[in-house]
Amino acid sequence: MSQQVHTDEHRDDIGSRFGMWLFIFTELLLFAGLFITYSVFRYKNWQAFHLAAEELDVFIGALNTVILLASSATIAMSITALQQKRKKLTLTLMGTTMLVGLVFLVNKYFEWSLKFEHGLYPGSETLVEFGKGEVLFFGLYFFMTGLHALHIIAGLGFISFVFYYVIKNKVTHDNFVLLENAGLYWHLVDIIWVFLFPLFYLIT
Amino acid sequence: MSSQEHTRKEPSFYEVKKHKGIFAWILSTDHKRIGLMYLYLIMTFFLIGAVLGLLMKLELIAPGKTIMEAQTYNGFFTLHGIIMIFLIVIPGLPAVFGNFFLPIMIGAKDVAFPRLNLLSWYIYLLGAIIAITSQFSGGGPPDTGWTFYAPYSFKTSTNMLPAVLGAFTLGFSSILTGLNFIVTIHRMRSPGMTWMKMPLFPWALYGTAWIQLLATPVVGITLLMTVGERLFHIGFFDPALGGDPILYQHLFWIYSHPAVYIMILPAMGVISEILPTFAQKTIYGYKAIVISTIAIAFVGYFVWGHHMFTSGMSGTALYVFSILTFLVAIPSGVKVFNWISTIYKGSIDLRTPFYWAVSFIFVFMIGGLTGLVLGSLATNVHVHDTHFVVAHFHFIVFGGVGFAFFAAIHYWFPKIYGRMYDETWANMGWLIFFIGFLTLYLPMFYLGIAGMPRRYFDYLPEFHGGNIISSLGAIVMISGLVIILFNLFRSARIGPPAEKDPWKGRTLEWTVDSPPSLENFKEEPEITKGPYEYQ
Repeated sequence: MSQQVHTDEHRDDIGSRFGMWLFIFTELLLFAGLFITYSVFRYKNWQAFHLAAEELDVFIGALNTVILLASSATIAMSITALQQKRKKLTLTLMGTTMLVGLVFLVNKYFEWSLKFEHGLYPGSETLVEFGKGEVLFFGLYFFMTGLHALHIIAGLGFISFVFYYVIKNKVTHDNFVLLENAGLYWHLVDIIWVFLFPLFYLIT
Repeated sequence: MSSQEHTRKEPSFYEVKKHKGIFAWILSTDHKRIGLMYLYLIMTFFLIGAVLGLLMKLELIAPGKTIMEAQTYNGFFTLHGIIMIFLIVIPGLPAVFGNFFLPIMIGAKDVAFPRLNLLSWYIYLLGAIIAITSQFSGGGPPDTGWTFYAPYSFKTSTNMLPAVLGAFTLGFSSILTGLNFIVTIHRMRSPGMTWMKMPLFPWALYGTAWIQLLATPVVGITLLMTVGERLFHIGFFDPALGGDPILYQHLFWIYSHPAVYIMILPAMGVISEILPTFAQKTIYGYKAIVISTIAIAFVGYFVWGHHMFTSGMSGTALYVFSILTFLVAIPSGVKVFNWISTIYKGSIDLRTPFYWAVSFIFVFMIGGLTGLVLGSLATNVHVHDTHFVVAHFHFIVFGGVGFAFFAAIHYWFPKIYGRMYDETWANMGWLIFFIGFLTLYLPMFYLGIAGMPRRYFDYLPEFHGGNIISSLGAIVMISGLVIILFNLFRSARIGPPAEKDPWKGRTLEWTVDSPPSLENFKEEPEITKGPYEYQ
């Protein structure tokens, strides 16, 4: 019976990459809705946004930006390493990416807990006393960085999945589109943060 | 022609099973099986939605409380809307007929990402389950209507969360299907099938897929914000916390107006397939139809504001949205002229799919022209939130997508099941359904202009006459539906075997066996001609 040669064997790297780019496009549009909301509320409450932004710690924000940019570099290097058939180096670089991603989340955790201690979170009574602009600022802050953190977790999941495939030799030097796609996704997560950082921390 | 039955060499896709029993279906990555799994789910939900609609019409047969309380009525129209919009007309034609026929019509073995395709089906199922859960848990069935307008959607004590999350999940499934179709169309067309040799149903699916991809994320994030509003009081849409409910309406309609074109474009594609086949004549103005498809998909993005003419917008915005709304009617009009010119002087074969297709044009024109009444500013204020709006969108969404769906299932039934249905019953079902449809929705235009608001379980005595006619129409229409479905179910089991090409169609799906083999084609087809070249 020749029926088992079904579409699972069909391989189209350009198609896979094309699909990934389309998916990244939808992710950008998902955040676009939030960016619109941000700009509307900033336009209406620019003074309150100015004051509220000073509550954020630029140092941790900048540190996290550097961390993410570095992790983008390591995942890009891992693709080249795989193309050069250096499997061990590939795995080390992927591992570094994931480790650094985790450091980002740990930083985020401490940053968020500090805000919670100060009562700066949606639904808190302290925040309502500050005023409506501050409520919206911190609402946006938690919603957007929270959604971004979820994307970091999804990205880490994606990379660890590919990590396993590299170990199992299912992703190799002549079939690495899955690793490329994981890299693309990680860059997306990175670039969204590159926009979030100035919007919340730097524009004061 | 009947000798084709004996020339079949390969087994049909029904006979090739990787797994046993139900697993042959739910673990299959074959686009045909996935399409059919969507069909069965969608038909089930459609019956639930239709029964809810019928019960609402029975409630409205007399003023005052007839068979249900006001709150039950609110729950019913909300669930009716959620089921019909998110579970049926948005995924409907692409997920069922797109999955089954897109690869065959472009000469491919499957879609580009078969496993992702199966995953989309599971996400659809999950979304449906979450949405339905809202009925049986928490503070009672949601009562906001399918639009989940803020601030009521986060103030009401009813169980909004599952409904909103369900809609979010369904959107995710829709995005993945759209992504899959775009890559499939770009990468998997047969050698020789250039863009301008591609049949019009794949073209329509292509336009639809882009809208799915570009518009759905916006509603996704809007629904997530509503979730955040309910759970954490983030305040984006809450005036008490500085937010803006009108912002919700904008974000919601930025998706939900293009969603109307997600619904109608594939329907137009189906009609563009059926008419040339039954007129035995090439489609009139192939390029005009392709361009108008793209134009509808593009302009459809910029008209969302016409849902909000009475919500408060600047005068300039009102004019711009109104003009753009009129603009989007032009490519739709172009298509209608193309269809009618296609039938003109054709050798018309009066078969069931043709009846459905022609009645589609009829109801679509009524729906389209009344849409212009709503698109112009002055008349909009008069009929806003009345039964006129309900009648208009049922003519477009149900008259458009519903009729195209039945046209499609009668057209491709022999290909899907390898059997013919009983045409006498099918035609009778169509006639009863069509008469019932018009009797049900035409009086609503009158009721709306006379001032009967939508979404109330009660009305003033002067609206009684129109409502009686409308409710009787609903009963007639449902009886037509029962006949149609019964005929199809019966014929799928015991109908006479169908030929390869019972309608003498020219597109690729008529060159393969009925039902198709697992890999559709014995060898990859070479395309040298356009899709509708009749003698």
